Amino acid sequence: MSARLKILEHALASMARRKQKNFAIIAVYTLTVATLASILFLTQALRNEAANVLLGAPDLVVQRLLAGHHDLIPKQYAEQIAKLPGVGKVTPRVWGYYYDSLKKVNFTLLGVNDASEPPLLAGHLPTSGRQCALGRGIADTYGVEIGDSLVLVDSKNRTLLYEITGLFSHQSSLLTNDLILLPEAELRRFFALPDSQASDLAVQVYNEQEVSTLAKKIKHQLPDTRPIGKMEILHTYDTVFNWRSGIMLTIFSSALIAFCILAWDKATGISAEEKREIGILKAIGWETSDVLLLKFWEGLAVSLSSFLLGTIIAYLHIFFFGAGVLGPVIQGWSVLFPKFDLTPAIDLYQIFALAGLTIIPYIACTVIPSWKNAVTDPDSVMRS
Amino acid sequence: MAALIQAHTLSKIYNRHQADEVRALSEVTFSVEAGEAVVLQGPSGSGKTSLLSLIGCMTRPTSGQLRIGEKEVSRLPEPFLARVRRETFGFIFQQLNLLRDLSVLDNILLPLYPADLKTAEMHSRAERVLEQLNLLEKQRMKVAQLSGGEQQRVAIARALINQPEIIIADEPTAHLDSTLSKELLVILEHLKKDGKTIVFATHDPYVYQHRLVDRRFSMHDGVLRKAE
Amino acid sequence: MQRSLAFGAYLLFSSLLLALLLYSGRQQADTVAEHYFPANRQLVKQLGLTDLSIWSEARYTRHPSQADLFTAFQDYPGAFDHFPAGSIIGPGCLQGSPSLSFQKRGQP
Ligand SMILES: Nc1ncnc2c1ncn2[C@@H]1O[C@H](COP(=O)(O)OP(=O)(O)OP(=O)(O)O)[C@@H](O)[C@H]1O
Ligand SMILES: [Mg+2]
Repeated sequence: MSARLKILEHALASMARRKQKNFAIIAVYTLTVATLASILFLTQALRNEAANVLLGAPDLVVQRLLAGHHDLIPKQYAEQIAKLPGVGKVTPRVWGYYYDSLKKVNFTLLGVNDASEPPLLAGHLPTSGRQCALGRGIADTYGVEIGDSLVLVDSKNRTLLYEITGLFSHQSSLLTNDLILLPEAELRRFFALPDSQASDLAVQVYNEQEVSTLAKKIKHQLPDTRPIGKMEILHTYDTVFNWRSGIMLTIFSSALIAFCILAWDKATGISAEEKREIGILKAIGWETSDVLLLKFWEGLAVSLSSFLLGTIIAYLHIFFFGAGVLGPVIQGWSVLFPKFDLTPAIDLYQIFALAGLTIIPYIACTVIPSWKNAVTDPDSVMRS
Repeated sequence: MAALIQAHTLSKIYNRHQADEVRALSEVTFSVEAGEAVVLQGPSGSGKTSLLSLIGCMTRPTSGQLRIGEKEVSRLPEPFLARVRRETFGFIFQQLNLLRDLSVLDNILLPLYPADLKTAEMHSRAERVLEQLNLLEKQRMKVAQLSGGEQQRVAIARALINQPEIIIADEPTAHLDSTLSKELLVILEHLKKDGKTIVFATHDPYVYQHRLVDRRFSMHDGVLRKAE
Repeated sequence: MQRSLAFGAYLLFSSLLLALLLYSGRQQADTVAEHYFPANRQLVKQLGLTDLSIWSEARYTRHPSQADLFTAFQDYPGAFDHFPAGSIIGPGCLQGSPSLSFQKRGQP
């Protein structure tokens, strides 16, 4: 066995002596890594999901702004936009919100025209006036199934019944969780929307490269509109689920602070006991480098094992247990929160960065404070 | 043949060029032959510990020369000094300086870790010293659970495991009762018979007068004199 | 000796476990990329969806990409950011607001 391994052996033996302290450190460390890695896994998975799925979003959405608010857009705008070269189909969309004050949920009501069967739907889309299709989240929250009826109260306080003809599968929850689909004509009636207006316009653009040019043209021709490109939509989700975004950063920074406290304690708190030990080791013939190697092993043993354990826990947490702990934290007041059934999307670079950012500082915090003691002459041991 | 330890005008000044400068040793010249047992005595603060640390390569002299065997060590860089400590010296400290939560065996093996030895060789050495000091049954126990005398023997075992030529002991009996002091001197006598060189400092007249001692020195304010 | 072996074994075991998890994740991602993403993309296309349905409590959380220009914490779409103020300030209680209910099949 080489000298290095023997020193590792001693490092482990001397850590085993302070079992409680080291277990506490490993526990805190593991928890910190698990939190950080969970955030990275969750945000990466959500970003990946958004990036893949929202590729199908409209190339351009054109809203009308009135006094800074999103307002109904006249359908004739659609005709004007359709005339622009490079523009394909322009589809007026009708959608709105419906608030359930008992459950405190805000639903999204969306009007559909196209009755062709979409994927991931059990049953069929509403075709006649008094039908609807629901997202899985609603069905689960209220315990309803196909054949039951949805009761809505419109703005004139009339109670309307809609038979449920379709339910989205849980595989589409991240998109359809709180969605209520009604036939467009029915939705207009329900919201009392004039036929000449729509919520916004979905614009098809033939050439992806031209989206931003077209957006500028539309904005120029129709100055009271706000075109939103697909790239902006994707960018939004890239930003929301960036670890730098508000919620993530809050958790991230508290975990990081916990880690810094841990490291700081390590870095400043080299105990008299530890100093004495270093002196003894040097006196009986250990070189400075041997002592530093010992401290290196100690730091590595704690940080590497905690890192691996924490990352494994994070992986299981996010991808096997549906982010059970972190989910509620980012859920906020959302009642219809989708069950995260996320597809693992791992960025190895992130894992290595996390490893580098936790393991290296911790080892440095273990080794550097011992340095001063390791280089002083051990003759003080003779006098203590 | 040259002496095993040769000190020539060794001086040690602590906190040099500062207000609290202390001249712990001034121009100490002496030598110790291989196989000899030499004792230092003197009042507290006279520099005995300082001299032993210098000889034991724990620190470097401010001026003067020190030869251990063939090697001039007074100016060696630290890694080499550590090597000399490890290969040539066995230390018995006034405070035992054991790691109390580790087992007897782990404590004894400590000086061997930085050396490149085979595991089997390490353990056969450990077994030999454990047997020599009658600690075989206790090797798995933690030092903290041992009696004072047993702890003392563990400290000696640790000093011997490197098969050092020179044993340095600073007031080895300061914390021992008379029975244990006797026991210790019996062990030291055996070591001397095995050919080890022993240098120690003491206040204890029993040790100072012991028949194993070949030469006696006394120290005063950092100056070494041959005792009559 | 035993301790370093145990430690090494632990490290080996946990790195293998992690590698295995990551590998199986990759496999899972591949099948998902083949079946589930295209289906969802098709759904998005057909319904003209623009946002993920994660936070349903407010407009700017339900449809962040479509939110008004001066929605809370959003000065303009390029600077999108949201802060968990929504989870600190609870929703108020609206008086006389509508609610959602269902009627079971066959019941009056
Ligand atoms: N690290 C140090 N810094 C400053 N002064 C020191 C240091 N070590 C020892 N001294 C001083 O050197 C002198 C000699 O000390 P030393 O420990 O060698 O005495 P001693 O003969 O061993 O005494 P005792 O019998 O009490 O152990 C003392 O005056 C002491 O204060
Ligand atoms: Mg002394």
